[in-house]
Amino acid sequence: MMDLAFFYFLVLGFAIFMYVLLDGFDLGIGILYPWFDQDGERDHLMRSISHVWDGNETWLVFGGVVLFAAFPAAYAGITSTFYLPIMLMLFALIFRGVAFEYRFKSDTSRPYWDFAFSAGSAIAAFCQGMLLGSIVQGVPAGVDSLSSLHWLTPFSILTGFAVMAGYALLAACYLFMKSRGRIQEHAAKLGKQLLLITILAMVIVSVWTVASQVEIRQRWFSGFNFLWLSPLPIITLVVALLAWKDLNSHANGTVHHEGRPFWYAATLFLLGFAGLVVGLFPYLIPRQLTFMEAASPDSSLLFLLPGVCIFVPLICTYTLWGYRVFAGKVEDYQEGY
Amino acid sequence: MDLDVAILSRIQFAFTVSFHIIFPSITIGLATLIAIWEGMWLKTHNPYYLQLAKFWIKPFAITFGMGVVSGIVLSYEFGTNFSKFSEITGAVLGPLMAYEVLTAFFMEAGFLGVMLFGWQRVGRKLHFFSTLTVMIGTWISAFWIIVANSWMQTPAGYKIIDGKFEVESWMAVIFNPSMPYRLTHMVMASLITATFVVAGISAYYLLKKKNIPFAKKGLSMCMWFALVLTPLQAWIGDMHGLNVREHQPTKLAAMEGIWPAEEENVPLLLFAMPNMETESNDYQVGIPNLGSLILTHSWEGAVQGLKAVPPEDRPNVPLVFWSFRVMVGIGVGMMGIAALALLLRRKGRLYENKAFLSLVTFFTPMGVIAVLAGWYVVEIGRQPWIVYNLVRTSEIVSPLPAERVLFTLTMFVIIYSLLIGVYLYFMRKLIKKGPPSMEALEQQLIGMKAPGYALAWVKSLTTQEQNGQTHNNPTIKQGDK
Repeated sequence: MMDLAFFYFLVLGFAIFMYVLLDGFDLGIGILYPWFDQDGERDHLMRSISHVWDGNETWLVFGGVVLFAAFPAAYAGITSTFYLPIMLMLFALIFRGVAFEYRFKSDTSRPYWDFAFSAGSAIAAFCQGMLLGSIVQGVPAGVDSLSSLHWLTPFSILTGFAVMAGYALLAACYLFMKSRGRIQEHAAKLGKQLLLITILAMVIVSVWTVASQVEIRQRWFSGFNFLWLSPLPIITLVVALLAWKDLNSHANGTVHHEGRPFWYAATLFLLGFAGLVVGLFPYLIPRQLTFMEAASPDSSLLFLLPGVCIFVPLICTYTLWGYRVFAGKVEDYQEGY
Repeated sequence: MDLDVAILSRIQFAFTVSFHIIFPSITIGLATLIAIWEGMWLKTHNPYYLQLAKFWIKPFAITFGMGVVSGIVLSYEFGTNFSKFSEITGAVLGPLMAYEVLTAFFMEAGFLGVMLFGWQRVGRKLHFFSTLTVMIGTWISAFWIIVANSWMQTPAGYKIIDGKFEVESWMAVIFNPSMPYRLTHMVMASLITATFVVAGISAYYLLKKKNIPFAKKGLSMCMWFALVLTPLQAWIGDMHGLNVREHQPTKLAAMEGIWPAEEENVPLLLFAMPNMETESNDYQVGIPNLGSLILTHSWEGAVQGLKAVPPEDRPNVPLVFWSFRVMVGIGVGMMGIAALALLLRRKGRLYENKAFLSLVTFFTPMGVIAVLAGWYVVEIGRQPWIVYNLVRTSEIVSPLPAERVLFTLTMFVIIYSLLIGVYLYFMRKLIKKGPPSMEALEQQLIGMKAPGYALAWVKSLTTQEQNGQTHNNPTIKQGDK
């Protein structure tokens, strides 16, 4: 049943996007860590996400199990092909995850946890970017190539840094929303720089992709396609300008829309993601495996259907509630448990 | 050196899953205890319950965190190291795991933030609701994981098409023959593990003469729990054994060290060194016929032995045999401690008997060891099959270069050794620091906008503490609304 498989393709896309958005900003906090002062400021950064990081990371597990449940062939192919970058990402996530628990309970070992958090976040983000890049470039077929470092190419390194920059942008905008005074000022400044870097990275990655990937080029430029797709890059630029304006308002001393830049940054990610899907659809592993071919039998897809339809909206609802409980500036929370 | 990627992947999985299981086996039970204490506090207003909940939530948080980070590894290892396995069983196991994430994992993570950090952000009823949700989340999580594991042990409800599993009946998959036994046995094990962790630390405080009223309350409650839970667990374990005998006779034979293809008058072996070369036991010491009685509930009952299947279809007998004995031995020890506690309680010496308190302290980590041993029985006993009698473990490994798996295995050993050290270090630190004092609780209650009676009670206890009195008699009556 093609429609059911397509539904799960959408669910997978949703899971990946939610992960990128939510863990994006909290990995980004780790990436921005070195730019903030040792104690007070880093405490603030950590506390701004310590109640949500766990829920955010769950979307990564959800993405993994949706792939496993609905498209087992793609799950098996992707995870075993990208063995090393995935393992490296997991090691990094372990370090940053435990840093949340131990940092606040430590005295002498605090610098180590700061390092584990920051390096772990940066490496995890970089690995995710590299995975993205190598999937776009195409996964080599056959098992012989497994011993090579095919996932380590100039393009994948570029996408690795691009994702890091994007996550850091999300984090800067999140901090802009969650803090006051010096930290907010600093976040606005970093946000503006990261906005420039992210847009630049998006442009380079897009041009490089279109130049090197024949299929993607054809998809974008054959017939009137480009006309239909041109809103994607145009809206991207408009949103970037709006985000810049809000972040810049801080310098003029008139901060009105502290939450807005975060949503602009999220929109940038959504647009970039849409551009990617346009280029790759309907492949899960480019030029090898479409989502229809990789789909589980109907009995499995149907069994999972009520679960997804009931629980995904429910999860979104209580996740939102959780964020609302801790709404407002971090300074206003009382100390934890 | 010639390295076998299959062996390395299996060692890696065994190592990472063993590390992981330590933490959920504590948190499932501890979440339950914390919810009980918080509920008791809301009902009785006795601040010692709040103190218990407030103290144990910290070890719970770091244990939970360790469980999360090590669990994420497992959800990807199926694919990275056993790609063939995930391809052929994906249609069955994938949806089960997806349901786990949808119904449990998100829920735990979503409400954990409020449970840990929300004391002053939400009302006390909503906070209790969050704690309950986290607790229920840990149970549901255990349910789906056990369902998936049990299906690999006693597969049902499937058909095989083009070498891949497809589901014919999801009811049969979920309620496969061994699932109910496995689930109750594991949830019980987790409750008992947490009970003995709390009891052990409480006994340690009593030995050190620190936090006395707090420790008395903790020890007393946990010994009552143990008195109920440990015999119940023995009974469930016995039923589980009968189920194994019916569905996985080879595993049972390995657990009991039975070699003949069929043996009557089976002895219960107290000691033996199963020898896979000679297909017999060395140095065997046993009680005649007791094995038959336990396994078949009849004096002469016959049991299928290891030689009923060819050697290549047998698991590693000594490992299964000894893991089983470690698990049962610890269980019997725990039952003994619970009985001893009852005896001492009647004599009024539960909190004074040094030998007893030392014994309980010694048993702090025993639940975890028993859980690990139990899982070795289950998992090693299933070998050489990954899906019992259907798919061999040797057939499903990813075609990876061996050095690559060796590299990640080494990394896991280094990182996890470091982490367990850090975990124990911080646990020790939390335990040394002890529970929040009544003064600290008072401050927190003010932050929580607690009702007047709760504050008044804590205040009275605070003054008592400052006057050097340690007895546990609230001057303000409960229910003083």
